[in-house]
Amino acid sequence: MNLSVNLASYLLVGAMLFSIGLYGVFVKRNIIAILMSIELMLNAVNINFIAFSRFTPWVNPGENPLIGQVAAIFVIVVAAAEIAVGLALVISIYRNRRSTNVDDFNWLKW
Amino acid sequence: MSTMATIVFFIFAIIAVASAWGVVTSRNIVHSALFLALSFTGVAVLYILLNADYLAAVQLLVYTGAVSIMVVFAVMLTLRGDVCDSSPNIKKWVSGALVGALVFILLTLVILTNNDWRIFAMPALEVGTTAEVSKLLLQWYMIPFEAAAILLTVALIGAVILAKGGKESK
Repeated sequence: MNLSVNLASYLLVGAMLFSIGLYGVFVKRNIIAILMSIELMLNAVNINFIAFSRFTPWVNPGENPLIGQVAAIFVIVVAAAEIAVGLALVISIYRNRRSTNVDDFNWLKW
Repeated sequence: MSTMATIVFFIFAIIAVASAWGVVTSRNIVHSALFLALSFTGVAVLYILLNADYLAAVQLLVYTGAVSIMVVFAVMLTLRGDVCDSSPNIKKWVSGALVGALVFILLTLVILTNNDWRIFAMPALEVGTTAEVSKLLLQWYMIPFEAAAILLTVALIGAVILAKGGKESK
């Protein structure tokens, strides 16, 4: 039995992290914990990008598999912007409502 | 891939997944934030195994360094009451567990039944991938690179304005 690590192993780690993040988005009540779960999901996507970029053969110079790493860099940039604005929104809501519990955020519902 | 790399892969994959589980199950949100930093570090080691040195450094700097600290500061600014029960789960967690398990089973089925993905790594570049990535980023993807810079500036200004609060919110 060959125990070496192939592409499927990395994809499985990514799938596990993504599912755990999805579960966290559904079950957590503190909005900061929900933002953390979203970061876990974005990390899982990055693992997939980089794993595909590593395991794709160099067929010709025009199709560089390192494009996967460039995509992961852009995902990191967008994730950093997202968490900064998201936490600023959390602090702004907290200043008005004195709560970080998503069950209390129902004033757009009627 | 050598045996050593396989052992390192399994150790750090288990660390990353187990601390991700700690993030979503811990009832203390400060523990969640620390587990999050550990999970990011485990993923950074996986990036090194995947020959993405630059991405591993960026992961450590941006995620473990900046995002975790920012989350801890947000927790500090918004914490009320007891820290031990600061991040409870909802009562109806079964639906969330069902959706998460369903997505995981579907992804696993797709991954394990696709024979194109049971491949091993190509021989790595001897010089590392950082130089090649920089060429791609600064030549072919220069416009998206500049757009990302503008996005970060706008996000910085927006975060400051939102967190500071306008005159009408006083």
